[in-house]
Amino acid sequence: MTKETNTYSASGEVGSRRQRRTRWERTWLDLKKAPPTAIFGMIVITFYAFVSIFAPLLAPFGEADSQFSAYLGFGDTHILGTDQIGRDILSRLIYGARNTIGIALVTTLVSFAIGMSLGLIAAINRSYIDQLLSRGVDVLMAIPSLIFALMLLSIFGSSTISLICIMAVLDSTRVFRLTRAVSMNVVVMDYVEAATLRGEKIGWIMRREILPNILPPLVAEFGLRFCFVFLAIAALSFLGVGIQPPTADWGTMVRETANLIQFAKYDLMRAMVPLIPAACIALLTVSVNFVVDWFLHKTSGIRDEH
Amino acid sequence: MHPIVITVIQRILLGFVALFFVSLIIFSAIEFLPGDFGQAILGQRATPETVAAFRRELGLDQPAYVRYLDWAGGIIRGDFGQSFSGRNSSGMDRSRTVMDLLDQRLKNTLFLATITAVVAVPLSLFLGITAALYRNSLYDRVVNATTLTTISTPEFFVAYILILFFSSLWGIFPSLANVDPRDTLDVRFYKTILPALTLTLVIVAHMMRMTRAAIINLLASPYIEQARLKGISSSQVILRHALPNAWAPIATVIAFNLAYLVGVVVVEVVFVYPGVGQLMVDAVRTRDIPVVQACAVIFAGTYIILNLIADIIGIVTNPRLLHPR
Repeated sequence: MTKETNTYSASGEVGSRRQRRTRWERTWLDLKKAPPTAIFGMIVITFYAFVSIFAPLLAPFGEADSQFSAYLGFGDTHILGTDQIGRDILSRLIYGARNTIGIALVTTLVSFAIGMSLGLIAAINRSYIDQLLSRGVDVLMAIPSLIFALMLLSIFGSSTISLICIMAVLDSTRVFRLTRAVSMNVVVMDYVEAATLRGEKIGWIMRREILPNILPPLVAEFGLRFCFVFLAIAALSFLGVGIQPPTADWGTMVRETANLIQFAKYDLMRAMVPLIPAACIALLTVSVNFVVDWFLHKTSGIRDEH
Repeated sequence: MHPIVITVIQRILLGFVALFFVSLIIFSAIEFLPGDFGQAILGQRATPETVAAFRRELGLDQPAYVRYLDWAGGIIRGDFGQSFSGRNSSGMDRSRTVMDLLDQRLKNTLFLATITAVVAVPLSLFLGITAALYRNSLYDRVVNATTLTTISTPEFFVAYILILFFSSLWGIFPSLANVDPRDTLDVRFYKTILPALTLTLVIVAHMMRMTRAAIINLLASPYIEQARLKGISSSQVILRHALPNAWAPIATVIAFNLAYLVGVVVVEVVFVYPGVGQLMVDAVRTRDIPVVQACAVIFAGTYIILNLIADIIGIVTNPRLLHPR
């Protein structure tokens, strides 16, 4: 008959210091509360990342290995058949993940590096530099970005480097706008002024005072911009002016195999081949959108209901 | 003067400034070309004299501002210059004027844009307003999930799925929309159905989501609460109280999508529709700069003008500006 379960000691409760949750535990708790759409999105993104990183190990054949006969059907050696010049479609799909996602990711990173630093400088500086940058961005944004990209590609030629530079510069205008808008609210805070009076350099103020406070919207924006850049690069490659052969990428694959769709009456499975890379693109963008939606809800408390 | 008139005039002037700078950017495209592009266009066997004559024809021996004024003046008169293609190394010139290439294609593009807009704009407004009205119902969720999926899929995915079913499997509509100026109107409609359907799916999703978001944003404001407390029905709240304030963001998103309809590139290429977008892609591949510039001017100009109209609609329908204190 012990009755220790009923005893209560205030000093005991104070004494047993509750362990503060580690960062990892907090993340895990958040993840467990995530809606099914976000979990689905995260699983898909992890899978894509895995495939892109280990592409050479996973792919049965080489990226530009055209030693097989053209237009082979589905079979054991070539699970998804071969394309118009005898390359294994599954292998190209796997390498395509690496190329398409990699190029889009690099482009988004560059565009954020440009857009964020200029946006922060404009917000802190507020003088003629801000005016100059903002008006310049206004003019650049007055041209639809796909059209602008097409025009610049016709001048500089279609290579991967020029594709990355052009898309990054065009996309950094939107990053600039967002960064400038959100950091405007932070720049006027007292602690920023205190840092300025303390004599901190502009780099410190950008990095240590403002950046931590504007990070959540920028992370969400990163996801959305990645989707946009990814779709734009896929569209340009589909038009034949983006990533150039023999590099495998999903946009080009859709264009190259598109005529198979005419024969849907005779072989429905083969007619679906051009849809596979297109579906891969769609699945990734939908997943990123799901995760970004959840992240926005969590960090900003934006609700759909009022 | 009424404050609205002043704001509208300011906005129009700003639009002209934007047009000027954009034309400057597009014009300067030719300045960035490598020095030997005359050789590249005329071919390896072109004699130095032919190349020099070609450069003189482009006016490259004159200062840039003279050429800009020439070029911009030509556009106002509807003259976009000569295409680069169709020239050869012997100095023979079979090139056509850019206007010649554009003429029929511009009409085709506008035809496609018009029939899509006529269906898509009312449909998306209807869907957006009803989704806001029955928020969080099953209807709202279904519409939302469908539009989120169509928004994040590439246009060519939607296009090829439609081709797979409607053209290859069931054979109802043609997969090639190669309209011809000699076609009668019903044949044109029949050929344009699939591209128009693809575009409708893509832009309805976007416009519907923005309409819904704009209205739901407003529903949180106190004056809507007041209207509710007065006891009027929720459809009246949305139509009479929320919508007047929502016109500005809705007009902006409609303008954006209409500009997209004119600058549609991917869908035209999928369906081999002879429009301006396809002309531009072909010109980019062959690096036919005058044609690229002309298409860019048309697309950017449409975009700026439509945005201008949307802004003016936003200013004119803004209740706060209409009834100044």
